[in-house]
This record gives sequence, C-alpha cells and structure tokens, in this order.
Amino acid sequence: MKFWSQTAAILTKDLLTEYRTKDVLASMLLFGLLVILMFHFAFEPDSEEIRKFGPGLLWMTFIFAGLLGMNRSFVGEKENDALEGLMLSPVNWSSIYLGKMLANLLLLLLAEAIILCLFSLLFNYAIWPRIGWMAAITFLGTLGFASVGTLLAAVSANTRMSEVMLPVLLVPLVLPVILSVVLATAANFAQPAEEPVMFFWMQVLAAYDIIFVTLPLMTFDYVLEK
Amino acid sequence: MEGLQKRLGLLALLAMVAALYAIFVLAPVELTMGVVQKIFYFHVAAAWVGFLAIYLVCFCSLRFLRKRDRQWDIRAASAAEVGAVFLTLNLVSGPIWAKPVWGIWWTWDARLTTTFVLWLIYMGYLMLRRLVDSPEQRARLSAVVSIFGAVNALIVYMANRWWRTQHPQPVIAGGEDSGLHPDMLLALLVTVLAFTLLFFCLWKMGCDLERSRESVESLRRTAQRHLREVR
Repeated sequence: MKFWSQTAAILTKDLLTEYRTKDVLASMLLFGLLVILMFHFAFEPDSEEIRKFGPGLLWMTFIFAGLLGMNRSFVGEKENDALEGLMLSPVNWSSIYLGKMLANLLLLLLAEAIILCLFSLLFNYAIWPRIGWMAAITFLGTLGFASVGTLLAAVSANTRMSEVMLPVLLVPLVLPVILSVVLATAANFAQPAEEPVMFFWMQVLAAYDIIFVTLPLMTFDYVLEK
Repeated sequence: MEGLQKRLGLLALLAMVAALYAIFVLAPVELTMGVVQKIFYFHVAAAWVGFLAIYLVCFCSLRFLRKRDRQWDIRAASAAEVGAVFLTLNLVSGPIWAKPVWGIWWTWDARLTTTFVLWLIYMGYLMLRRLVDSPEQRARLSAVVSIFGAVNALIVYMANRWWRTQHPQPVIAGGEDSGLHPDMLLALLVTVLAFTLLFFCLWKMGCDLERSRESVESLRRTAQRHLREVR
C-alpha cells in the first residue's frame, strides 16, 4: 500500500508541475502540429494516400513529440538538484520510476488524443467509427514507449548531450513498438477493418509491454544510485 | 596473461588460413550464384560474432552490476567495440553479395533489419560511454542499456520475422529443402571457428589496452603529485 501511495505522490507532483507550467504539453502539441503541416506540404496527400500513410505519420508524430516530452522528465529534475532531494526522501526508488512513468504516460496520451483529433479534422480521416480500438492500440503502444523512454530519459539525463542521447538510445529499443503499433493502427482503419491482423499485433504489443515494464522496474535502482 | 593472447592469436591465424583454404579450394563453387557466394562464409561468421558479442556484453554487464568490479565493465566495453566491428563487416559484406544475387543492395527483410537495429544499439551503447564523464556512472548506465539492447535484439527479430522475410532461409536446420554441400558446411564451420577465435583474441587485446590506459593515467597522476612535492 505504501508503495502505491508513494507512487501516487510522485505522479501528482509531476502532473502538478506540468499543470502549473504547461511547458511539456504545449511543446508536444505545437510540435505535432508542425509535423502535420510539413506532411501536408511535403506530400499534398489525397484521401487514398492519407489512408495509406496516415497510421505511420501519426505514430511518427507521437514518437517524436514523446521524445521531446520525456527528455524533460529527468533533465528538469537536475535543475536545483531536485533529483537528489527525491532520492533522499523516504520513498522506494521504484516508485519514483513508476510515478514518473505514469505521469509521462498520461501526458503522452493526452497529447496523442488531441493530435489524433486534429489530424482527423484536418485530413478528413475517419477515426470515429473505430475510435474504441484505436484507444486500446494507442494505450498499448504508448505504455511500452513511455516505460522504456522514462528509464532511458533517466540514463540520458546523466550524459553531456541528453537531448541527442535519448533518441539515439530509445528509437532502436522501441522499434518493435513502432512496427506493431503502426500495423495494428493500419489494420484498424483499413476498409474493411482487418481484425485478426489487428489482434495479432496488439498481442505483440502486450507482450512487449509486459517485458519492458518489468525490466525498468528491476534496473532503475542502478541508474539512480550515486 | 601475455601467453594467452599470443596463443589465441596464433590459433586464430591457423584457423583463418584453414578457413581460406576450405572456402577457396575445398568448397565447390555454387551452381547458380557463382563465385560471389564465397562471401557467405565470412558474412555468416561475422554475423555470428556480432550477435555473440551483444550477449557477452550483457553477461559482463550483469556481472558488473552484481560484483561492482571494474574489470567486468572493461570486458563489456571491449566486447562491444569488437562486436560492433564484426557487425559492420557483416553489414558491408551483405550488400556486396545481394547486389549480384538479388539485384538490389538492401532490402528491409527481417534479418537485415534486425542486424541494422542491433548495429544501432551498439552505436548507442558506445556513444553513451563517450558522453558520460564519471567512470563509475558510465559503467552503471551502460550496463543497464546493454541489458535492454540484448533483450530487444530478440524481440526485433521475432517481430520482423512475423512481418516479412526475404533473406534466404537458414541453410542449417532451416526447412526441408535446405542443406549445404558437406564441404561448404565444413568451410562455414571452420570460418566461424576462425572468426570466434579472432574475436576472443581482439577482445583480450582490447581489455589489456583499456587497462594500460588506466594505469598510464594513474601513473601520470602520481608523477604530477611527486613533481608538485619536489617543487
């Protein structure tokens, strides 16, 4: 019980800082809009092309926006040695990880929901009939991405060029997520929807999530210790 | 310790000569692909060493996290450096074979993609080591990353395999029609042995180099201290 209340405290702290500044959410959303804008001018896609490239483009936007946001989660703590304070406070270090991971997950999901709506609106991309499955796929994909990303954000915050180090480490490691989530999204929005394909890739995502939520919990102590 | 390295080096040299003999004299020229198929032996052997190395890096990293002995960190780092070189050899030799046989340099097939991703993981690992200043922190952080890399290499392979594959099926224990001419199999096995010996020899040299670098550094610090005292 104590573990979960500590986790909840860290989560609330992170969300509260974000609520007061709105730095991360604002930058992720603006970045997402910029990618959509560039996509429009680079391809001038018609509706057939949107159907074909939409899932991949959406997830590239989510991944890059996520990289931007997650980099802040530990770099921000380095200012004024706030991370030292967290480490000295009487909490289990795993709950620091879990709290920050959940905060990143919620922020990413919020940003993704808004970007998805804007994408659908601007490109007349029909998402509403199958929005429930899209939500499930997005959750599974974002969970794996956020759990590995939060751990690697802690790793890269200790390097000299954290904003470069995070993508270099993270993108190869979440490649299975990118592959499965794009294929699942494409199957979901195909006409007609290819449910067996979608379920298969959702299972792959779930398996990845199980492995890569457990592994950071086991290794996070090694990243923090001084 | 010097003796081990010399013996490994000598064994690697002998095995390499035997491998060259087996590849170019003993093994028959492949019927449809011709001479270019000879790349296969070095290509597969380099891939084997590249994949072996990431698991050795992971193993040494786990030992480091348990024992906190700097020697295990040095072993992990050196295995990663040598492994990355072999994987690069594999990635370069592949397209040279693929162009005449497939007609293209590269294709996004399961095994090619996996190798490419593993190579990127190696690069990330080596880059991380350069960008962390404190040796103790560098050892810890890179150890954690290598564990993720090793686990991920497996998942990338499976995910890609379910997706698509164009690479020739495994010729050993692949499918019903697969199989190698006995002399080709012999040549492959000798080459794999030679590359593995070469890897262990280079690995040993890399560890020694790192250790000498460290002792030079500590000697320099001692000398500077003495100089200051004399003044």
